[in-house]
Amino acid sequence: MVDFAGWSMPQQYTSIIQEHVTSRTAVGMADISHMGRLRFEGPGAAVFLAELLTRRVGDLDLGQVRYSLVTNPQGGILDDVLVGFYHNEHGQPFYVLVVNAANRRKILGWVQAHLPPERAEAPGEEVICTDLTRLWAMFAIQGPRSVELLQPLIDVDLHLMKYYNGAQVRILHPAAQRQGGIITRTGYTGEDGFELSVGASVALGIWEAIMEIGRPLGIVPTGIGARDTLRLEAGMPLYGHELSEGINPFQAGLGYVCYLVGYDFPGRDALKVLERQPLDKTRIGLELAGRRVARQGCDILAEGHKIGRITSGSHSPTLNRPIAMGYVPPEFAQPGTELQIDVRGRFEPARVVKLPFYRRSRKGNHK
Amino acid sequence: MTPQQLLYSTTHEWVRLETDPAGAKIATVGISAFALELLTDLVYVDLPEVGRQVTAGEPFGEIESVKAVSDLYSPVDGEITEVNTELADRLDTLGDDPYEAGWFVKIKISDESGLAGLLDHAAYQKQCEQETPNDQ
Repeated sequence: MVDFAGWSMPQQYTSIIQEHVTSRTAVGMADISHMGRLRFEGPGAAVFLAELLTRRVGDLDLGQVRYSLVTNPQGGILDDVLVGFYHNEHGQPFYVLVVNAANRRKILGWVQAHLPPERAEAPGEEVICTDLTRLWAMFAIQGPRSVELLQPLIDVDLHLMKYYNGAQVRILHPAAQRQGGIITRTGYTGEDGFELSVGASVALGIWEAIMEIGRPLGIVPTGIGARDTLRLEAGMPLYGHELSEGINPFQAGLGYVCYLVGYDFPGRDALKVLERQPLDKTRIGLELAGRRVARQGCDILAEGHKIGRITSGSHSPTLNRPIAMGYVPPEFAQPGTELQIDVRGRFEPARVVKLPFYRRSRKGNHK
Repeated sequence: MTPQQLLYSTTHEWVRLETDPAGAKIATVGISAFALELLTDLVYVDLPEVGRQVTAGEPFGEIESVKAVSDLYSPVDGEITEVNTELADRLDTLGDDPYEAGWFVKIKISDESGLAGLLDHAAYQKQCEQETPNDQ
């Protein structure tokens, strides 16, 4: 077990490589209850969220989920989040914001600072924000057999659920004790899969039910070790590595999630300026020629001169070689560029490659 | 030789002591099953060249797992006389036989006084019990 933003989490259950490979070939399930989840409801919720997030909120269709950023007034990245729009069992709308565990208090602080009683209780524009993190567990069920696994438990047709869509659902198992949940076709692995939020009091029973149903499909529980190698292969940035307040969305390759002509969220004006400036550095993927792994903090060099730094690196179980992400000036970011990485004093040759490192073959009817 | 007959360093290397035909003391060195269990998912091992001088307590190579890289520490003073070159290709099965096929290097010992600092099996077991994460 390891500490992760104050949560005690399994690094691996058996083997990171085995859990990784099973998530790519069959199905794996991770307990991601550490992810912060904030529910926003009330007629003022959409506008309030639009004034926090870099992306539009008001135009979300029912069930739609959208990746977005939260930036500081200078345009630095405070968090990367998912926002989803759902109806509860009474048909009332609400939003769920999924934030990084390490950033939950930061985001909650911003919400509290910007939601004085006169705004929260303005007639006809009320906003209620509830931190559900400790009340709801969350499981990531990822892999090509995830639809087959979960369908018997869920009262909507998962085959028809599109990527980045979700729903408030009933869970068809006695372990759920008639409680519902929220399921979304999202994930952090580059694989087909779902994320399921259920009440904490029934979560253990539901976890065991899914493991039981999944046994013939080859399910394995997966720890944060495999979660990290899976997301790295998928080229997905991780807060605290590729993303931080010292990085802006354009450097991170996330300019496409910044909608700069809408609501005045923090950092919008700074981003309008940054958008017009040439990039000083950009996020790249690297494949190493040798076996030694480049990890966060290693220097990236071009012909002996330091040009940047590694933000994440690991062994790629799929490619069976070390891969890494980092930031370099744009003139070194062209795929095929040969660079070196200083791995504990020895220079390891590496080549810039297009992200992601791994892309699944899309046979399903989603997206 | 069984694990009970080996000596151990506090940094989880095991040592098998033998005397070669010329009368020199040779230490065969590997890493313990306990250490392999903690490392898991090995991807790379870096071993020294034959002929290199090593010092007790100083790194002679490194072993890397998906999670992290760890130094390999020499348990004795001496010179590398043999390196297990097959190891790199069978890291995934190293845990099956860590004390025979899983040896890393052989070292011709130059100063035997350092051997006194090594642990016997019982003492090493005790150390491992103290290091075992309480959740496992």
